[in-house]
Amino acid sequence: MMHLRKMVDIVLAALREIFDESAYRRFLERRQAVSSRKAYAEFMREHELLRARRPRCC
Amino acid sequence: MPKPLRIVMWIGVALLGALAVATIALRRGEQINAMWLVVAAFCSFALGYRFYSKFISAKVLALDEQRATPAERLENGRDFVPTNKWVVFGHHFAAIAGPGPLVGPVLAAQFGYLPGTLWVLAGAVFGGCVQDFVILLFSIRRDGKSMTEMAREEIGRVGGFVAYLAVISIIIILLGATALIVVNALKSSPWGTFTIAMTIPIALIMGLYLRRLRPGKVLETSILGFVLVMLAIWGGQWASQTASVARVFTLTAPTLAILIILYGFAASALPVWLLLAPRDYLSTFVKLGTIALLALGIVALRPTLHMPALTRFVDGTGPVFAGSIFPFAFITIACGAISGFHSLIASGTTPKLIRRESEARMVGYGAMLAESTVAIMAMIAACTPLPISYFAINSPAGVVGQAPEVAAATITAWGFPVTAAEMHSLAQAVGEQTLFNRTGGAPAFAVGMAHIFSNSLGGQAVMALWYHFAIMFEALFILTILDAGTRVGRFMVQDALGHIWKPLGRTSWYPSIVATSALVVAAWGFFLWQGVKDPVGGINSLWPLFGISNQLLATVALCVATTIIIKMGKARYALVTLLPLGWLVSVTFTAAWQKIFDPHSRIGFLAHARNLAASAPTHEASRLIFNDRLDAVVTGFLLIMVVLILLESTLECARVLSGRKQPGVKETPFVASRFAMEEQG
Repeated sequence: MMHLRKMVDIVLAALREIFDESAYRRFLERRQAVSSRKAYAEFMREHELLRARRPRCC
Repeated sequence: MPKPLRIVMWIGVALLGALAVATIALRRGEQINAMWLVVAAFCSFALGYRFYSKFISAKVLALDEQRATPAERLENGRDFVPTNKWVVFGHHFAAIAGPGPLVGPVLAAQFGYLPGTLWVLAGAVFGGCVQDFVILLFSIRRDGKSMTEMAREEIGRVGGFVAYLAVISIIIILLGATALIVVNALKSSPWGTFTIAMTIPIALIMGLYLRRLRPGKVLETSILGFVLVMLAIWGGQWASQTASVARVFTLTAPTLAILIILYGFAASALPVWLLLAPRDYLSTFVKLGTIALLALGIVALRPTLHMPALTRFVDGTGPVFAGSIFPFAFITIACGAISGFHSLIASGTTPKLIRRESEARMVGYGAMLAESTVAIMAMIAACTPLPISYFAINSPAGVVGQAPEVAAATITAWGFPVTAAEMHSLAQAVGEQTLFNRTGGAPAFAVGMAHIFSNSLGGQAVMALWYHFAIMFEALFILTILDAGTRVGRFMVQDALGHIWKPLGRTSWYPSIVATSALVVAAWGFFLWQGVKDPVGGINSLWPLFGISNQLLATVALCVATTIIIKMGKARYALVTLLPLGWLVSVTFTAAWQKIFDPHSRIGFLAHARNLAASAPTHEASRLIFNDRLDAVVTGFLLIMVVLILLESTLECARVLSGRKQPGVKETPFVASRFAMEEQG
């Protein structure tokens, strides 16, 4: 049961990383801000250059 | 587990793998179960990971647990973030998995399932995984530097320049070739076109939802997007059955091509949050889910492969693409076995997330094994339906004829008896008017996937839904690559033009955005247009061109890796990268040479141009002659780039080996890992 729980946690953590939720959480921590439209817009601006330069593979 | 038991277990895995490979390779004249391919892949990959990657880790790369990675040293919460190895694995896999391992094996299935399967097994273990692993580790030891930067620092200026040109070439050719796959899948298909058209407003809704209503809730937004896409697939059936709507969404290949070109331009110029990011999230969500679903479907159904191990087309006369097994099977499979593009990911985001050097093995080598497993699944999906449908779907009108009766007669004459009525009923079962001449691999893969899914869940009644789900999955996947690729290409062009005139390099200056987006879109749009107007379907010329450029990039990556290994003073282990490099050079050279100079007009660009020149001069013939000559020039240019980087890399290695240059690499100096110290207490 413990193993299963750990596996689910890891899968969820991977999904959060893939879908940039973790990056947004780190952004909020770094800025010591709470989630809001403004904060997310700021995050997207900061993240835009990083994301736009990331190639998607063939 | 006690050591003797471990030894027995690995001997068991080796024997089972050998039995599976022997069954795949030696059975003739009888159909085999797809599980043999699954077992062969599982055992080969397990052995490769356990023994070969461990050997590379210990002897060649000497992974150091005590050495801090850039994620630890440069941690900033943005791009440098020490991350759990499984999370990095998932992230890396999601980035490297593209349409290549799905489309390549489907196209290569024209030779039968054997050549492609064997190449995926061997190519991944000894080539693709090794490339991804070593480039990832070398980038980790250089603060996450890109492949282009490593080529410049370790090989020389020419190496760096060639790497840059290789990257931009592959992006442009890749975008042209994959866009053609979408066009061929959607032409005259109101259901498919409606579904894909709906993904644009869905992505916009997702973007606004994410920005205005639920900031940062990406997973939730992706689930919402997925539900909307499912509704769009269901709605597509209604659209295809309602005459007035169907008329709007029944588009010809040239119209679709123009729309896709316009879409690519808009997506590159619009803000990322509005279209690119939500579409990327949606595509990743669908991709991961569908790959898992396909794996479950194959294991649940355990289908029989109806395609023979080898077809008569091993002689090079195949209708899908012309050319013999060597080199074209290897060029065509591309990303399923080895992909140069992966070296960009392995020297991009991933090295900045790795917590410990030892984890590079699982992420670099392991994720490529997962990608190759996807290629094996694609091969199974292509070979599960009867071969008659495979050849009917994948053969261009220019080869089999335009009319269904003529096409059926041609395919029957090849030894795959089929009637126009049989193909018509298959088309009806998947909700299409016709399945003839749908080249590009996507529709054939979708038929195979629909076959596996409908037999596992829902039966024949839902085959049309599954088919369009598969088409949506592939098209969504490819369109995401188109918009992301166009943007990456745009940034690369802006970086280069910024050296000539500074304002052009400013990524936020709108005139520069519009000009460079237009330049990149025009480049891949040209190849797309060429494919759409090609009487033999375009895939015959574009996919090999893409394969050659992709393998060229892998050649560049392996040149960088081999040079670094020799400069590390480990020349005795250089064969690890030198062998796949030698193989790739022979494949790339032979394929490029044949594509330019082969006297058969279906293979050689120049021979085809000569044939056209000998016929009656028309505007159409002149255009085709120009395209052939341009393709020959592009191929020759790729070939020259391989020669240049090989020469510079060989000279650099010779200087080190002869003692004229001190061995030494430009690694970041050693810093002790805090994580390692904490673990040791």
